[in-house]
Amino acid sequence: MLQILHDYGLLLLIGQYPEGPLGGLALTLILAVTGLVCSFPLAVLVGVARTSRIRAIYLPVSTLVHAIRGLPVLLIIFWAYFIVPLVIGRSISGVTTVICALVVYELAFMGEVVRAGIEAIPKGQVEASRSLGLNYFQTMRRVVLPQALYQMLPSILNQFINLIKNTSLGYIISVNELTYSAYQINAQLLTRPFEVYAILAVIYFLLCWSLGLCMSWIEKRIKRDRQVRLRSAS
Amino acid sequence: MLTLDFATIFHGRYADWLLAGALTTLALFAVSWVMGFVLSLLVVSARSSGVKLLQAVAFAFVGYHRNVPGLVQLFVWYFGIPQFLPDAWQMWINAHGSEFIFGCIALSLNAAAYMSEDLRSGMRSLPPSQLEAARALGLSYVSAMRKVLLPQAIRVAVPPLVNQSLGLFKATSLAMAIGVAEMTYATHQIENETFKTFEAFAVASVFYWVFSFLLMALGHRANRWLRPRGSR
Repeated sequence: MLQILHDYGLLLLIGQYPEGPLGGLALTLILAVTGLVCSFPLAVLVGVARTSRIRAIYLPVSTLVHAIRGLPVLLIIFWAYFIVPLVIGRSISGVTTVICALVVYELAFMGEVVRAGIEAIPKGQVEASRSLGLNYFQTMRRVVLPQALYQMLPSILNQFINLIKNTSLGYIISVNELTYSAYQINAQLLTRPFEVYAILAVIYFLLCWSLGLCMSWIEKRIKRDRQVRLRSAS
Repeated sequence: MLTLDFATIFHGRYADWLLAGALTTLALFAVSWVMGFVLSLLVVSARSSGVKLLQAVAFAFVGYHRNVPGLVQLFVWYFGIPQFLPDAWQMWINAHGSEFIFGCIALSLNAAAYMSEDLRSGMRSLPPSQLEAARALGLSYVSAMRKVLLPQAIRVAVPPLVNQSLGLFKATSLAMAIGVAEMTYATHQIENETFKTFEAFAVASVFYWVFSFLLMALGHRANRWLRPRGSR
């Protein structure tokens, strides 16, 4: 096992970079971070639309969210592979395909996180800010969203962990991320599949598990903050 | 512009592939769900047993399956584990479709980890005095679990369990990566041969949507059945 790590560790970490394209763990992280950054603003819009009282807004958005939630990520990747080139008029790389698919997927799931965050803000605050003369958008932007987003931090981190795990599907369309690198190493060695995939599993485990620890730490801090604030308010 | 032609993929061997793919997906889901659910009951019992070793094993089991991508779990089983099996077992498994068998094992272990977490939070909603009361009445730990605590925990956990079942249903598509000829595999195959990309993916999407919504409706129903009599 150590021998494999010694020989192929760099390949798992950054792929063939700098001679070839960037890959491995680095690409996995890039895919996940890009997916998170691109999907976040859209997810906020989706979350706000899902709490809207205007039918023409929440019905189509809710339908879209349910439609996305009913499909496997793999199928969304296949759809992205087919639809995105049709829309933009030229073919796209596997990396772009995976990012597009993950953004669409996260839009639905993070949108629900945002919605739950907005709904957790006491109604009295919305009423108070409206009666102070702020309009709907000002209320959202200055009162509801800042609090909701802060309390959602742990859930957002959880979605990021999900994104990292979902980038492994890039393997199916030969994107050179961590899982695909391990697959290539296995194809070169041939005789030691268990060791290779165990290393792969351990890398993912350490990454996601440590992020999970961060998540519970943030969760605790937010809870404590809220208690302090409640106490000082009363 | 796009002209749609569903006739091609609904005929001859493509229709057969689609049907076989649909059935394989459903079989994969059903087998993994049942095995996963039974296993999750064991895991959650181990986790609340108070025996340190059992708790540690259950904790590690859940931690591994929640923090490693499902695809990698499938690879570990399909590519990695056979190297430790005796030859006779390997022959038997290969003769009976190793892809499907390992797919089921990996998916059900994964589902068991997630389901056990839902059951555990259901369990935590019960007052701890219930276990003590059951034990004081003379039930053993196992029968207290089976007759008193788990039935209540399951009832509380139905909504998240439905969500988890939906997740498992969608996760069956990962099995295409190890060559199980399920729905996604079949559509990918058809798309490769006919270039009817839109039609093939549309059929698969409708299939997944229909069963996702059926599952959700079933979960809604189960929620109503499981409510204790007399409550609203």
